[in-house]
Amino acid sequence: MATEKLSMAQALNRALRDSLAEDPSVYVFGEDVGPLGGVFRITDGLTAEFGEDRCFDTPLAESGIVGMAVGMAMNGMRPVVEMQFDAFAYPAFEQIASHVAKTRNRTRGRVGLPMVIRVPFAGGIGGVEHHCDSSEAYYAHTPGLKVVTPATPEDAYFLLREAIASPDPVVFMEPKKLYWAKDEVDVDRPAPALGKAVVRREGTDATLIAYGPSVPTALEAAEAAAQEGRSLQVVDVRSPVPFDDETVCAAVRSTGRAVVVAEASGYASVASEIVARVTERCFHSLAAPVRRVTGFDIPFPPPKLERFQLPGVDRILDAVDDLQWEDQ
Amino acid sequence: MGGHQGLLPSEEPLRLLDEQGSRVDGSGLPMPDHRRLLEVYTSLVIGRRVNDQAGALVRQGRLAVYPSSHGQEACQTGAALALADGDWLFPTYRDTAAVIARGVDPVEVLTLLKGDWHSGYDPYAHNVAPQATPLATQLLHAVGVAHAARLRGEDTVVMALCGDGATSEGDFHEALNFAAVFKAPVVFFVQNNEYAISVPLARQSAAPSLAHKGVGYGVDGERVDGNDPAAVLAVLEQAVEAARSGAGPRLVEAHTYRMQAHTNADDDTRYRDSGEVDPWVERDPLLRLEKYLKRKRVLTKARRSEITEAAEAVAAHMREGVAKDVDPEPAELFAHVFADPTPQLTEQAAFLADELSREGN
Repeated sequence: MATEKLSMAQALNRALRDSLAEDPSVYVFGEDVGPLGGVFRITDGLTAEFGEDRCFDTPLAESGIVGMAVGMAMNGMRPVVEMQFDAFAYPAFEQIASHVAKTRNRTRGRVGLPMVIRVPFAGGIGGVEHHCDSSEAYYAHTPGLKVVTPATPEDAYFLLREAIASPDPVVFMEPKKLYWAKDEVDVDRPAPALGKAVVRREGTDATLIAYGPSVPTALEAAEAAAQEGRSLQVVDVRSPVPFDDETVCAAVRSTGRAVVVAEASGYASVASEIVARVTERCFHSLAAPVRRVTGFDIPFPPPKLERFQLPGVDRILDAVDDLQWEDQ
Repeated sequence: MGGHQGLLPSEEPLRLLDEQGSRVDGSGLPMPDHRRLLEVYTSLVIGRRVNDQAGALVRQGRLAVYPSSHGQEACQTGAALALADGDWLFPTYRDTAAVIARGVDPVEVLTLLKGDWHSGYDPYAHNVAPQATPLATQLLHAVGVAHAARLRGEDTVVMALCGDGATSEGDFHEALNFAAVFKAPVVFFVQNNEYAISVPLARQSAAPSLAHKGVGYGVDGERVDGNDPAAVLAVLEQAVEAARSGAGPRLVEAHTYRMQAHTNADDDTRYRDSGEVDPWVERDPLLRLEKYLKRKRVLTKARRSEITEAAEAVAAHMREGVAKDVDPEPAELFAHVFADPTPQLTEQAAFLADELSREGN
């Protein structure tokens, strides 16, 4: 089949549809995911096509949704649940931290939980409070969870398929500001392995390391830098867990300079972890300290102020400018 | 018919036997037959022995801690015996006797308290979930297991255990609600032993009874004398049968009492008088059934000594198993985080192995 132009929302919907069709143990549920198709329409048409048993609405209780998914996964199924928004997943945190993440380990490997928790996350859509959190660090910090976030429609398709096929729980974080961006998707190409980062743009002067919602911003920055004669490489982390040290470090060693870009508040964040890992592993290849461009350490701002919180092209280019070029 | 009718539980906890082991009429519950009651009695004696033995092992420093169900053995036994082989049990940390009554090897159960690993038994071997420590969280897993079974057209029933304190947790309410909405075949069995560590029931809930908490979710509630082994079994068997036949979940509250401190690490003299505990000694579930069975001449001396022997064998097995010092393998720390370790975990495992080899271990 040739490539198709799909939005990320459509690609995610296709991934769910293909997984439901291929594997009878896959079940999709959550709030409003049935006839409505989810508030972002990611589950659009699935109840009609696969029936009320396979894609269904639940009562409005996130701990209940995740806890029930744990039991279904214990009993032979592959639940895929939707948390309606990032901040609405917090009631489920005890289930996620104490059970989803730990059950394989608690039972000495006897009970694995093949389940996916889909979380639309991050800002950039003018959302009101509690709708724009970048909550990935909570999950990435919890051993036993894989944390995946796509930046393109094609990755959204493949990474969600692989998350559903994974023998372990995956927190699948969907950058909601990218839901409607369209791009070419070829569902027949070989799938990238979960846990592998990818170089999105080649470059020789410095490396921008980003994931999810920040990848397009990093690419824009690289484009702008190119106009000014600076060649920036862009690496898409894809999965904060498992983290692909190999690809990221090879990229940083090839340029000798790096900036990590992420929307989440910077303190104790995935971005700070990446800086630490890169510094520990690539110190002798680095011409300058690794910089971060992240959100401030503030609760996510109201819509009229959110542009000050989100990493933008200018801030990224300023950070690149600070990479001690004078020493070159 | 008899026993359960309507959402509201009975005014008083249902009983089949009074404290002297005499038959009480009026509950509408079917009296289990003598063969079944002997099974219950055997299980009670073993359960009591398990509790006593585990307590002794804590005092000897062999177990880190043991939350005893001493005095609650009728509930422990009833929960296990009311289920069929293919059914599931979701126990808490205080339900060790129920887990053993379900057939799990006591030594495997004690792995957690020995400190060798977390859950020590294979949940799929007897359909017994790992003992849950975070209160009420397991009730939702029970709903999930039941819902999955129902979706596949199986007639599995799930028995989900919790205590009075856990009924204050959000997950208790979400579990009742989900089970009711999805008509999941779950029996929620609350052992109301009057205390959540030090906090008495009156500070836990202002509801007329904990079984009333089902009403708001459309879940049938029932109350039973938790120290009446015959009534506990009868009520739970009815609830299991109803769930199996498609009637959905039921909430059963057993009125019982925690005879010992929360664990050996707790000092219950700080929050209750021995005068409060004493009356419960006479309500002992084991003695109650024993009196009844002796009066009915079902429990002969020979039978009694066979049962004692069986309980002693379990206790000996516990002592031997716990005495065996298996050194848990440090490399295993990295083995079960994921099905396949991440590169980072492989690196960390190598780090620890190197550290150990340098220490000459």
